[in-house]
Amino acid sequence: MAQSIARLKESPSQTAGPYVHIGLTPNFCGIGGVYPADLGASMVNDKTQGERIGLEIRVLDGTGTPLRDALIEIWQADANGLYNSPAELRGAADPDFLGWGRCPSDMETGLCSFQTIKPGRVPFRDGRLMAPHVSLWIVARGINIGLHTRLYFSDEATANAEDPILGRIEQRIRVPTLIAERKGDSYIFDVHLQGEKETVFFDS
Amino acid sequence: MPEPGSNRMPETGAFFQRDRTWHPPVLTPNYKTSVLRSPQKALLAFDNTASELTGPVFGHGMLGELDNDLIHNFARPGESAIGERIIVYGKVLDERGKGVPGALIEFWQANSGGRYRHKKDGYLAPLDPNFGGCGRTITGEDGAYAFRTVKPGPYPWPNGPNDWRPSHIHFSIFGHAFAQRLITQMYFEGDPLIWHCPIVRGIRDRAAIETLIAALDMQATIPMDARAYKFDIVLRGRRASLFENRPEGN
Repeated sequence: MAQSIARLKESPSQTAGPYVHIGLTPNFCGIGGVYPADLGASMVNDKTQGERIGLEIRVLDGTGTPLRDALIEIWQADANGLYNSPAELRGAADPDFLGWGRCPSDMETGLCSFQTIKPGRVPFRDGRLMAPHVSLWIVARGINIGLHTRLYFSDEATANAEDPILGRIEQRIRVPTLIAERKGDSYIFDVHLQGEKETVFFDS
Repeated sequence: MPEPGSNRMPETGAFFQRDRTWHPPVLTPNYKTSVLRSPQKALLAFDNTASELTGPVFGHGMLGELDNDLIHNFARPGESAIGERIIVYGKVLDERGKGVPGALIEFWQANSGGRYRHKKDGYLAPLDPNFGGCGRTITGEDGAYAFRTVKPGPYPWPNGPNDWRPSHIHFSIFGHAFAQRLITQMYFEGDPLIWHCPIVRGIRDRAAIETLIAALDMQATIPMDARAYKFDIVLRGRRASLFENRPEGN
């Protein structure tokens, strides 16, 4: 026997369930007066630097039906590629941009709409620049552990072509599952949980 | 950037690989909704980049006085929620056993009759006009947290013809990084329904399930007021960044 390595195990995940709104967006589901506003409902103000964009995201099940009880959180860098986080050691991020947002699916259409800014490029571990991207975390009834993926931008073809994460996708036919299509000032992004167009999800 | 005035350098090491045999798998057919909502292809694995190593910080300043008191935060003045009064307390730790300070925890639950304040919940148990069902808090320097609530009731749900959820409280936890984000549920010591629940039993290892069962702590109980349950939460731990490879110039 060798010495024991005293480590704990991560608490096992459990589904967010159908009533996730009560905890994470109570105002959205009619529980008013407890919090002044739902956390993450608003990402930009007048002083936020960067190009204003919308993200229109849906999550689709194995039959192509949009989930109407999902919740998406996004996390992104500011316009200069800096994260508003203590672990960001490369500089000070825009104080008017937290970079984090939360949106429940519309209960009719399933659409999650974020108003945010286009993020700058962030270096990969080896110093190469990653393409502009937004990290997504998706929870819902029937999802046992939060799903992690990224949204990249269709009008960043050059940057996308040299992105180290996109470059790791063995089946190149799956790369487009991570690229949102520009439409006006918005980007349209469908997350497919299953099927031929299944989105590439991450383990990182 | 590190917070002004902080003498604590932030940790920037990558996180330990998630043990996906310890978590429930994405596909748990006895929990029927997972069947069409579970990815079927292999996950793309990579060591954390800056996008996963960073995360938002929520300050204590955002908290209202009653945010951690579900007995009163939706109640009319002078009134309180109906049910067994309890305190839930514990620590948010990482896999190295270190307390995680400044972690935002949000929780939600059914009322004491097992009914959620939500338009999708049609269970015949009544709503409690003084109970909303949500609360939140931020951990202290040692990772400790506490809140007050009523014990949620068990309830039937449309999965099998006669499936019941054990009493539970949902927890959403932010650590220090996107990679630590976690949602889970807390169960109560001694509840026989735990071992019948298809959602709980999606977790394959009994020892893993037991880490989600809060213990009755008579020593933390407030006499003539509320019983106490202890529930520690563990987030992913991270490597020391001391020996990490760094690109030149960093």
